[in-house]
Amino acid sequence: MSEERKMVKVTIDGNQYEVPAGTTILEAAKSVGIEIPHYCYHPGLSIAGACRMCLIEVEKVPKLQIACYMTVGDEMVIYTTNERVKRARKAMLEFHLVNHPLDCPVCDQAGECGLQNYYMLHGLYISRVRENKVKKGKKATQIGPHVMLDQERCILCSRCVRFCNEIPKTSELGMFNRGDREVVDIFPGRELNNPYSANVINLCPVGALLSKEFRFKTRVWYLETVKSVCMRCSRACNILIDYNIRRPWKNDGRRLSRLRPRYNAQVNDWWICDEGRFGFDFVDAADRLTVPLSAAGGAQAHSGWEAALETAAARLRQAASEIGDVAVLVSPRLANEALYLLKRVLAEQLPGTSVAFSSLNEHEPTQDDILRKADKNPNTTGAEFLSLTTANAEVKDHAYLLQTAKKGNLSALIVIAHNPVGLPELYGRGWSEALDKVPFKVFIGTNENETSRKADVVLPLAAFAEYDGTVTNFAGRVQLLRRAFDPLGEALAGWELLRRLGNALGGEYDFGSAGEVFDELAQKEDKFAGLSYGDIGELGVKVNG
Amino acid sequence: MAITVKKIDASPKMNLLERTYLREILRGLWITNRHFVVNLTRHILNLFRIKAKPGAVTIQYPEQHRGYHKRLRTAHYLAHRENDDGPRCVGCMMCETICPAKCIYIVPTEHPDPNVEKQAVKFTIDMGRCVYCGFCVEACPEDAIRMDSGRLDICSYSREGMLWDMDRLLANHHDPAPYKDEEKWLDEEF
Repeated sequence: MSEERKMVKVTIDGNQYEVPAGTTILEAAKSVGIEIPHYCYHPGLSIAGACRMCLIEVEKVPKLQIACYMTVGDEMVIYTTNERVKRARKAMLEFHLVNHPLDCPVCDQAGECGLQNYYMLHGLYISRVRENKVKKGKKATQIGPHVMLDQERCILCSRCVRFCNEIPKTSELGMFNRGDREVVDIFPGRELNNPYSANVINLCPVGALLSKEFRFKTRVWYLETVKSVCMRCSRACNILIDYNIRRPWKNDGRRLSRLRPRYNAQVNDWWICDEGRFGFDFVDAADRLTVPLSAAGGAQAHSGWEAALETAAARLRQAASEIGDVAVLVSPRLANEALYLLKRVLAEQLPGTSVAFSSLNEHEPTQDDILRKADKNPNTTGAEFLSLTTANAEVKDHAYLLQTAKKGNLSALIVIAHNPVGLPELYGRGWSEALDKVPFKVFIGTNENETSRKADVVLPLAAFAEYDGTVTNFAGRVQLLRRAFDPLGEALAGWELLRRLGNALGGEYDFGSAGEVFDELAQKEDKFAGLSYGDIGELGVKVNG
Repeated sequence: MAITVKKIDASPKMNLLERTYLREILRGLWITNRHFVVNLTRHILNLFRIKAKPGAVTIQYPEQHRGYHKRLRTAHYLAHRENDDGPRCVGCMMCETICPAKCIYIVPTEHPDPNVEKQAVKFTIDMGRCVYCGFCVEACPEDAIRMDSGRLDICSYSREGMLWDMDRLLANHHDPAPYKDEEKWLDEEF
């Protein structure tokens, strides 16, 4: 920062602190570790002052003030936990709960609900309300492709309304009526279908806005969480992966339960897009490849890793020595470690292999100015830094590969996480016939597809949330992918798979973890110079290049 | 508070007659024989339909039951709603959460009535794993799961047979019969 921000002295609960001038009392208190309860305030949205939960006492100010709106002043004396404030919090909570249905047992928010949490801390416990609750509107109506609205549970904090107005700027939601009949609702004829709509689920402090996909699948206290990054586009938003492996009968047997955004000011702020949030079905899909397959002359049959890798290595070596060419179609869906090992194994064990790169995949190239990028791969920049993209003149593209294969000039082909046969509109027509002319094909990928069915050896790859690693986003930020659970069946993480393939080809690759691969990568590759796996941290680091 | 040791002498104090042993042996034999003769007489009288107190017998389980105490925790069942046939259970998974033996498996789904919202589509209890602690009954906000069925004969030829599914739990119900001798049960000495 060029100009120094003026600091002011404030006294909070009897202790003196120095905080930057212009910050709100709530933010100032948070920065020194004092949590002031709040519902309507969100650092990413405008200030509404609707919930009155953050009332605090400021000396020489006759009435209690809302901490989310009042900014700190020099020599200000603030009390956040005195009797007057506590009484106000109790009263506000009582007020919020007057018409709240208390259907916590059937509410998906239970366990992470603002009302529950604050009631445990500041509740009145003995209800004084004898009147009947005002029954509002409808129970659980679907207002968009991903969002369910329950007006009864709403505490009218207006976070969702402000989000739709300010972030996607689509303004689908509004507040209707007044007093105890006030409700949040969707404007008539509208649908909450903006590309960021599901963020309102996380914004909602109560169970008024819930995910349609996650609804009734499990309970939040059954979930475990790891911090990772989204792999659905080159933004690589920071996320939390919520998964459940201890109660396999939940969520239709799927291990991955939901994704939530994680704050990173450098990448995605507090948000993620709906495509990323709900784009993880392939992880637990029925068509996942779980065991290595090899088709020795006939149909693809299960085989152990040893046998599959030996077959692959023998045939690739044979192909390399024959007239013709060995080619690899590289995917930017692989993590940095896998790409690096691929590059090293090819250079050392199969020199002369022609490398082709394609960033195509089955996802629609949607983009906007908020988060979504048209490149739907997490690691195109990483591949570029490792000179595996067409930016490097020696690397070919998929069209060239198709031509070579059609002419019958390929003796072996390794396809990694691509589906050229199944997507002729994207990759060009004639892949199926072209592949028939290639005597030996290896497919490395997570899910079965049209291309994998034509392969002679299929090696199963661990999917998103099943391995540790790093990806480099469009801006050159290296971030950690974290393993939530073990790979399905016998699938292997990309680096481990390529390490074993390299060993089968006669090399000696000895890595115990993705971190070891990354540390070697950081030493050998200029673009990643100076990095180490241990230093990347939760928020990632920007590469110098 | 400091830890103190208190010595208790619990050995019985016996007088001279008791210590001579023989009188106590005879007394014991007298009690045994008295019971034998009294009960045999009662059985014979009852056999010839002469009204007398019943003689002491082994309870002929399972045809006969000793009266159950009302607080006894017996096999679980799922209660029905008052007005229709639907189960009371709303699939909130409170019982599944609190279960220390982790023997309850619930899969919930949407209820057709929007005011009920949620219902269980699968509700399985592994009776072989259950420890009969009754926490599930305590945790249930709908009074849907109950343990006063009066059934204790929970047995099966296989482990799978010990998995009671939702249909079986809904078919099971409160049976007052085993509880009817409860007063007698309370009076009896133990």
